[in-house]
Amino acid sequence: MTRHVVVIGAGPAGLGAATAAVRAGARVTLLDSADQAGGQYHRMPPDAYEARRPFRICESERCDWWPGAAVWALERRDSGPPRVHVVRGPDADGDGRRRCVLRADALVLAPGAHDRVLPFPGWELPGVVTAGAAQVLAKGERVAVGGRVLVAGTGPFLLPVAASLLDVGAHVLGVLEAGTAGALLRGWTRRPWELTGQAGKGAELAAYAARLARGRVPYRTGRGVVEARGDGRVEEVVTARLRGDWSVVPGSEQVLTVDALCVTHGFTPRLELPVAAGCALLDGFVAVDEDQATSVPGVYAAGEVTGIAGAPAARAEGVVAGWTAGGGTPGRLGATRRRRDEGRAFASRLAAAHPIGRRWAGWLRPDTIVCRCEETDYGTLRDAAASRLDARAVRLGTRAGLGPCQARICGPTLAELLDTNPHHRPIAWPIRLGELANPPAEPKEGT
Amino acid sequence: MIGAGIIGTACARELALAGVRVTLVDRAGAAGATTAHGEGNVLVSDKGPGPELRLAQFSRRLWPEVAGDGTEWQAKGGIVVATTGEGARELTAFAAAQRAAGVRAEPLDPAGLASAEPYLTRDVTAAVHYPDDAQVQPAGAAQALLDAALGEGATLLPGCEVLGAEVSGGRLRAVRTTGGTLTADLFVDAAGPWAGALSRSLGAPIDVRPRRGEILVTTPLPPTVFHKVYDADYVGAVGGDAAELQASAVVESTPAGTVLLGSSRRAAGFDERLQPEILSVIAERALRLFPCLSGVPVMRAYGGFRPYVADHLPIIGPDPRLDGLWHATGHEGAGIGLAPGTARLLTDLITGRTPEVDAAPFRVDRPAVLRRGAA
Repeated sequence: MTRHVVVIGAGPAGLGAATAAVRAGARVTLLDSADQAGGQYHRMPPDAYEARRPFRICESERCDWWPGAAVWALERRDSGPPRVHVVRGPDADGDGRRRCVLRADALVLAPGAHDRVLPFPGWELPGVVTAGAAQVLAKGERVAVGGRVLVAGTGPFLLPVAASLLDVGAHVLGVLEAGTAGALLRGWTRRPWELTGQAGKGAELAAYAARLARGRVPYRTGRGVVEARGDGRVEEVVTARLRGDWSVVPGSEQVLTVDALCVTHGFTPRLELPVAAGCALLDGFVAVDEDQATSVPGVYAAGEVTGIAGAPAARAEGVVAGWTAGGGTPGRLGATRRRRDEGRAFASRLAAAHPIGRRWAGWLRPDTIVCRCEETDYGTLRDAAASRLDARAVRLGTRAGLGPCQARICGPTLAELLDTNPHHRPIAWPIRLGELANPPAEPKEGT
Repeated sequence: MIGAGIIGTACARELALAGVRVTLVDRAGAAGATTAHGEGNVLVSDKGPGPELRLAQFSRRLWPEVAGDGTEWQAKGGIVVATTGEGARELTAFAAAQRAAGVRAEPLDPAGLASAEPYLTRDVTAAVHYPDDAQVQPAGAAQALLDAALGEGATLLPGCEVLGAEVSGGRLRAVRTTGGTLTADLFVDAAGPWAGALSRSLGAPIDVRPRRGEILVTTPLPPTVFHKVYDADYVGAVGGDAAELQASAVVESTPAGTVLLGSSRRAAGFDERLQPEILSVIAERALRLFPCLSGVPVMRAYGGFRPYVADHLPIIGPDPRLDGLWHATGHEGAGIGLAPGTARLLTDLITGRTPEVDAAPFRVDRPAVLRRGAA
């Protein structure tokens, strides 16, 4: 019988997985909560999208493409991969969604990552946005988040975001990379042979850098935003020189007038589905073998959940995962595997070049909000963490991470402050009581 | 004191207040397991006349004095509703028996019910108001009890798992733990659902098994549910002993604005895997009571293991087979509510004071507890 592979996430990794699984002879169901395939990487304005040919795999007879489909739970079984519980609508958040359950012979998890932002005083003010959100607005809607914008944080994502903002007419006051120049260069130049095959990535970044230079945007290292201020929305930010551990150099503070601030401190893998499936983690990412197999039989993972390595590496991982999940002959795909391995080496280089300084919490004040949904502040959390209660009990007491975003924003911060697993979310996507109460539709087998 | 959940912290506090030097050990941190995975029920409404109701009434009297800051103590009252003719007859008779046992159980007419719970379905055949039902935030309550115990000189050893016993002359002299050997005059098993495994490792097995319950949490809402509201089936589920899933609607709001929806009971060992169909049944039952919640999103679900004993009574007292070992466990889903009473009773027994409630029904030497081949 034809194998059925369910691929969750239609970004570069998921598209690669679906394509390879079909090529290996499997029948594929490809789901994404967005209404278009492509993920964040291929995001483009709706009008440009109309003009573009859809991804070919989404039109394949052997691939069932489900846009607007969100996985709300994975149901682990005694044998076989988990069952996939989906709410599917015209729109993943809208009305008229239907509940369905997919049974698969193999599962490929490619849910991607979202922005990581460290808290600082004033980060909850309107006008302070994640770099990812600014990028979505700029690339998807051709709208700039503000007129006078500062871009700050750490990581290579600072550059494309600043370039996108320039493209939509914003005045970008500067790009502040918190990492010091020394750490950046050490990270980038360590083991130079690993850069083989990643010249494209380097060129891409060089092009962004050139774009910033043309726009006369200063790029400074070892400097970060340590406070945002304003009455009702951000009006000014305080920047400061940072040491290698991100402690503030006293007296180095400067105040800048802005109407928007874009922040990124890298990416957090979206691990709720791998964790719900029971996959083992390693250093904060899903542990996978040479074939992208996780610790759970029949479950594969690809893309940013296994390491932040960019779109080409994610696609290569997806191809290997989909090929294996689809029952393809083992051991094939040598060139793709090499591309993947180079991408992974590049990822570890990025991580080395852009580490989070361990003294970042020095920016925080007792009244700095850490959990924005429940408005739990740093002082409350610090006191509770010292109470010797179990981390779960601390969260119940302070309500940190229990609000509507379910610690998707503050989770990594809580993990550092409380030693808790920020990715345990058995309900992976909100589901309405009425939807939950109705029995799910079971799609016909073999279609 | 082995186990720093609600029972262990309550017992530690009470013993320390009585002048006993207490060391609390927990294999993880305090209040992280069963205590942090419950609703915080302090109920008299779900118990029929008998020893558990007497312990619940005693405990309910003690709660306000032990509840301090951070416990979110709310004496909000409970409303039990029946939705069928048969259910109405049963509920009415049950409430009458409870009244005879001293429980405040006030029948509500349709107008009274509508003003007490305006969003509740009108398809109700009988409703009873229990003013003494209350709610606490269980982890906060355990924290308050722990702080009080520590303030009286008790010590807490988190991350310390008990591995085995050192017995001589028929007496438990010490326990071997991951943190070294601990000697004491008395050892109290307050390990909740893990009491079965702990008692086996100490060589005096008691039959306590895990039953899992699931709870759904909605996004924060404006005030919609004003009491603990549950359907009369809940009483049957509490008293049930079947291994298969039992579910009944329990709906209540929290100070944070979220609405908690329970409840289910299922015996499946320590299996933590989420079962979407159980969540589905809980949602369906809750919507029968509050149809207006249909469009409300569930943002979270959590499940916990409760210590189940086949005769539905907690185990409080000395182990007849091993001197020096005491038990305070087996409260299933009522441990939060019964904690202060259990702690007072245990302390009275240990210090030789006369308990206010009869301890005999909770003794260890019962068929349901010392069953041959206890699991």
